[in-house]
Amino acid sequence: MTHRVEVRIRQGFGDPHAEGVLHQIRELGIDSVSAVRSARLFFLIGELSADDAGRVGRELLADPVTEQFTLSGCDANGASVIEVHLKGGVMDPVAASAERAVRGMGLGIESVRTGRRYELDFVAGIQESVSGEQQQQLLDKIATKLLANPVIEDIHFSSYTPPEVHGGSYELCVTEVPIRELDDESLEKLSSDNEMFLNAAEMRAIRDHYRTLGREPKDVELEMIAQTWSEHCGHKTFRSNVRVRNRAGEVVQEIPNLIKNTVFKVTQELDKPWCLNVFEDNAGVIEFDDDWAVCFKVETHNHPSAIEPYGGAATGIGGVVRDPIGTGLGAQPVANTDVFCFGPPDMPLDDVPKGVLHPRRVMRGVVGGVRDYGNRMGIPTVNGAVYFDEKYLGNPLVYCGTVGLLPKNKCRKRTPDPGDAIICLGGRTGRDGIHGATFSSGELTHVHETQFSHAVQIGNAITEKKMLDTILQAREQGLYSCITDCGAGGLSSAVGEMGEHIGAEVHLDRVPLKYAGLSYAEIWISEAQERMVLAVPQENVGKILKIFADEDVEATVIGHYGSRGTGVPPVEDAHATLRLFYEGQPVGELDLRFLHDGCPRPTKEAVWEKIEKFSPLPVLKGDCNETLLKIFAAPNVASKEWIIRQYDHEVQGGSAVKPLVGASEDGPGDAAVIRPVLDSRKGVVISCGMNPKLGELDPYQSALHAVDEALRNAVAVGGNLERTAILDNFCWGNCNKPDRMGSFVQAAKGCYDAAIAYSTPFVSGKDSLNNEFQTASGETIAIPPTLLISAISVIDDVSRCVTADAKEAGNHLFLLGRTGCAMGGSHYLIVENVESGNDVPQVDLQTNIRVMRAIQSAIEAGAVRACHDLSEGGLAVAAGEMAFSGALGVEMDLSAVPTGGASVPDAAKLFAEDAGRFLIEVSPDKYDAFLRLVADCPVGEVGKVTDTGRIVISGDDVGIDLPIDQAKAAWQETFDW
Amino acid sequence: MATPKALVLRAAGVNCDRETQFALRQAGFESARVHVFRLMENPSALAEYQFLVIPGGFSYGDDVAAGKILANQMLHNLAGALNEFVAAGKLILGICNGFQVLLKSGLLPWAKVSTDCAGAEVTLAWNDRGRFEDRWIHLRSDSEKCVFLPAGEIVALPIAHGEGKFVPRDDRTLGKLRDGDQVALRYVDAGGNSGKYPVNPNGSIDDIAGICDPSGRVMGLMPHPERFVDVTHHPQWTRRNVTRADGQLFFRRAFEYLR
Repeated sequence: MTHRVEVRIRQGFGDPHAEGVLHQIRELGIDSVSAVRSARLFFLIGELSADDAGRVGRELLADPVTEQFTLSGCDANGASVIEVHLKGGVMDPVAASAERAVRGMGLGIESVRTGRRYELDFVAGIQESVSGEQQQQLLDKIATKLLANPVIEDIHFSSYTPPEVHGGSYELCVTEVPIRELDDESLEKLSSDNEMFLNAAEMRAIRDHYRTLGREPKDVELEMIAQTWSEHCGHKTFRSNVRVRNRAGEVVQEIPNLIKNTVFKVTQELDKPWCLNVFEDNAGVIEFDDDWAVCFKVETHNHPSAIEPYGGAATGIGGVVRDPIGTGLGAQPVANTDVFCFGPPDMPLDDVPKGVLHPRRVMRGVVGGVRDYGNRMGIPTVNGAVYFDEKYLGNPLVYCGTVGLLPKNKCRKRTPDPGDAIICLGGRTGRDGIHGATFSSGELTHVHETQFSHAVQIGNAITEKKMLDTILQAREQGLYSCITDCGAGGLSSAVGEMGEHIGAEVHLDRVPLKYAGLSYAEIWISEAQERMVLAVPQENVGKILKIFADEDVEATVIGHYGSRGTGVPPVEDAHATLRLFYEGQPVGELDLRFLHDGCPRPTKEAVWEKIEKFSPLPVLKGDCNETLLKIFAAPNVASKEWIIRQYDHEVQGGSAVKPLVGASEDGPGDAAVIRPVLDSRKGVVISCGMNPKLGELDPYQSALHAVDEALRNAVAVGGNLERTAILDNFCWGNCNKPDRMGSFVQAAKGCYDAAIAYSTPFVSGKDSLNNEFQTASGETIAIPPTLLISAISVIDDVSRCVTADAKEAGNHLFLLGRTGCAMGGSHYLIVENVESGNDVPQVDLQTNIRVMRAIQSAIEAGAVRACHDLSEGGLAVAAGEMAFSGALGVEMDLSAVPTGGASVPDAAKLFAEDAGRFLIEVSPDKYDAFLRLVADCPVGEVGKVTDTGRIVISGDDVGIDLPIDQAKAAWQETFDW
Repeated sequence: MATPKALVLRAAGVNCDRETQFALRQAGFESARVHVFRLMENPSALAEYQFLVIPGGFSYGDDVAAGKILANQMLHNLAGALNEFVAAGKLILGICNGFQVLLKSGLLPWAKVSTDCAGAEVTLAWNDRGRFEDRWIHLRSDSEKCVFLPAGEIVALPIAHGEGKFVPRDDRTLGKLRDGDQVALRYVDAGGNSGKYPVNPNGSIDDIAGICDPSGRVMGLMPHPERFVDVTHHPQWTRRNVTRADGQLFFRRAFEYLR
């Protein structure tokens, strides 16, 4: 039977969650709700007496001080009820923990389910004045826009107890899919009917392969091919050959294998000895010191986050955390990063297209997902950025990154030996996440929300944490030869990659399942979270299984590597074959060489030609205070403290420079610094750079800006350019369209040019394409070309680091780097609603690297008290941030701004967004030393730090004079949620 | 005399165990990180240690309620060993999630692990703002008997929690704690005075950030002393010369007491 336990806050104790819900109801524009009460619901299913259920309520579920519980339910007293229950089969970590805890109390229980209940009071008199139908509409709106996501949750408007479900069963039925006789049209239909997202050429290659074999494929074989060849897993676009044409249609360039000739080439040409394992593993690895290495990986989880922001972002961070764990022989995650792109947070609800969640809701959900997963894993989230643009409405972007620490002598994995056991570790396999890899390789449409809900999943951070704890123990004892994570593509992709050269045999009925009823194909391709795969020499199997069992981590031998059975002499198999079995019956067999090399590499068409279009020059005269305040309040510039504080950025005890800095610990930091090895002074600087606005206007320059910004941020806190590696993450529209591909090529070229000039190798990267959304009216919205560059820099001593906040009145302020007239893409134009041309500031790579090296040596010499890079909003914003973060003032004169001799209007000096610039505070005693160190750079002494509490900037025809409090308030109000 | 030994308790979701062990070693302790399952198999192993630290994290995901499930495991499996540990005059420190565990298992406020009374008088509820928050705060040490900090000391430490609002059942309970000199730590500003948010970051009643048992040897607190054992941990070390890492005091005092 099922006992329903309702837990609610006792009268007299506050219920912050219910208050939060009320606040958000008001944000929806509904002011007829006067009060909200909430209750947590637990359903105890099994042979339990009412007394037992009462004991569970008392001893486990309800807090004796602040909460009370009932088994009979509470009278709603005329309030309107909304109950939210997770759909069957959706991961419910609370239920899983409660179940274990009830068993731990010695009570027999079958399962636990949970739900949430809300009781809403309406303002007196409303009930009489509106019809029942209107009120129901209001409740529907609150339920669907705020409280529940119908993709994973069911909504009920009265007390609801879910029926007992008894698991289904599965009877083996091997399915063949006839393909050998299909023509192009039928092949494409097969691809789309089965959510394979493969094109005609790829489908033909599969058909021809099976014609050669003289048989039809099994369903599981097709699924595996579709997954491996998906854009998400295969990065087909970046590896393709490209034919670039100008707008007249003439071919101007042919590039074979784009990635090899841009991003990879940088690393090859620079050939840094401290790059230990690049592009081959789940994360890029660089040297930390004699004993340790650090690795870094950034991933995206865009499509799932569009549909279920909380679950999508949580599993995004969960997924990228497994990358370092699966790098080399396993790294310990030591820091997370997150970068988001959303639609405008203040958009009216009615303007949001059908099938799209409101940006505010997406943002709340995404931040909550990253918070809950990262905090529970005990990984500090130390760096990030958020960018807003209307074009992200249908396609929000969620980039998650993880830095890991691993012993230097364990930073490369071996190929498993034939006969090594395949151990599947961690979470159980369910139907969740099926077709995630192919789904993320297609475009979203307004019906996707329902069609692909199975691709969405909820994470369980504690399962992953337990797995990590035990993997590190097994690593120390050297018990496994290879490890990788189950990411997109699940077991199929993990085992397929590890066995690429030697083959594997897998018994799918041995894989532990969340519930019965999964077919062998579903088991193989499920993307259920929190799983890793190990290759374990047979003699270590017993030992390693004990380590996992000792901490309640599920681990199962599901087969072995090599295609010749165990106990056969280890020889490399000429035909690396994967054989799948279910209850002893063969259910699939694939040639892994065909799987990994058989995908046709087409030539992509790209079109690019820049047509110059100039932005109007700023026409500002006189007082620019209002403009500056508007830029401070602009969502891209405004304080992200609301997000940052929800993340634990100090766990693991290595925090050295935090994301918030200054006298009140709430000013913007340029980059984070951690000490991953607690008894060492060495540190790791983590930073990022991105500018989608420029991506739309000039993708080549935008790539230079992104690299420049990531490095600027790192250098600003004390990063070491000689030991800095970078990562690329491209999020683009549909690159089958030549104009998108054209901008992609431009950005890739920019990556090469900037990284070579700055001598910073790429060590890892990833791309997410097809970020386009089709509205109900058939309109396609593509995201702006969005290139994220992340940087990681190893430094010798964190005590040399500096922060951006102004330190002491009387100190000198220097501006390094050149300012020009180009205003394209600037926030000045955005806040003044002026259409931007594509005259974006050109990055001067040769000058900028000189400036950054000079600053690095000045910081190392202790000559810098504060350093802030200039980015969105230009000099005025940087100066203002420095002043209010330090609770001091600045006084500056624009005539000293270095322009390289060009005539630059004062307004551009204030607000232009040229790369390669820094505002630096130097104390009088270091004045000469500093100037000597920056002698070969464009430098101007622009003013002084004051104790007036004002931002004062004067020019010939414009000026700023603002109290820091006013500037700071504008900067903080936007996201004072 | 032998070096005092500290046990850092691990469980699924505990995640501050490594840095806590580092802080203990820095203070002079020998230390081990031990999984709660190992203690449940062999509760007498606890007797080899003089200091038990329950570190921060999200034991069992804080599913159901913060610290609740680990506390229940201790209640049902380790009550005897823990009560003996306390009776032997040894030290117990619970940090953040560990504080929540101490309250829900009965080790605080009365140093008695028993299902009859655990968690019945004081609790840590959701922060007034309803969400997790990481920030630095100041604390004033208000207890004469608490082993871990001398009375009157003002220290800076970070907090990082969602459920940290100290709530006594009623005024009588609060009165008992005050009268017993068990209110060990209060949230204050840098000058030692009480104040509203963010000085009191979570709405704790009477600004209480940590309490001890009647003997002063069992203590729980929401802030993280292990996160301020190096001057570069302080959020303002780049602004001024930070000379003392305040979190070290807790572990050093424990070491001095046991040595």
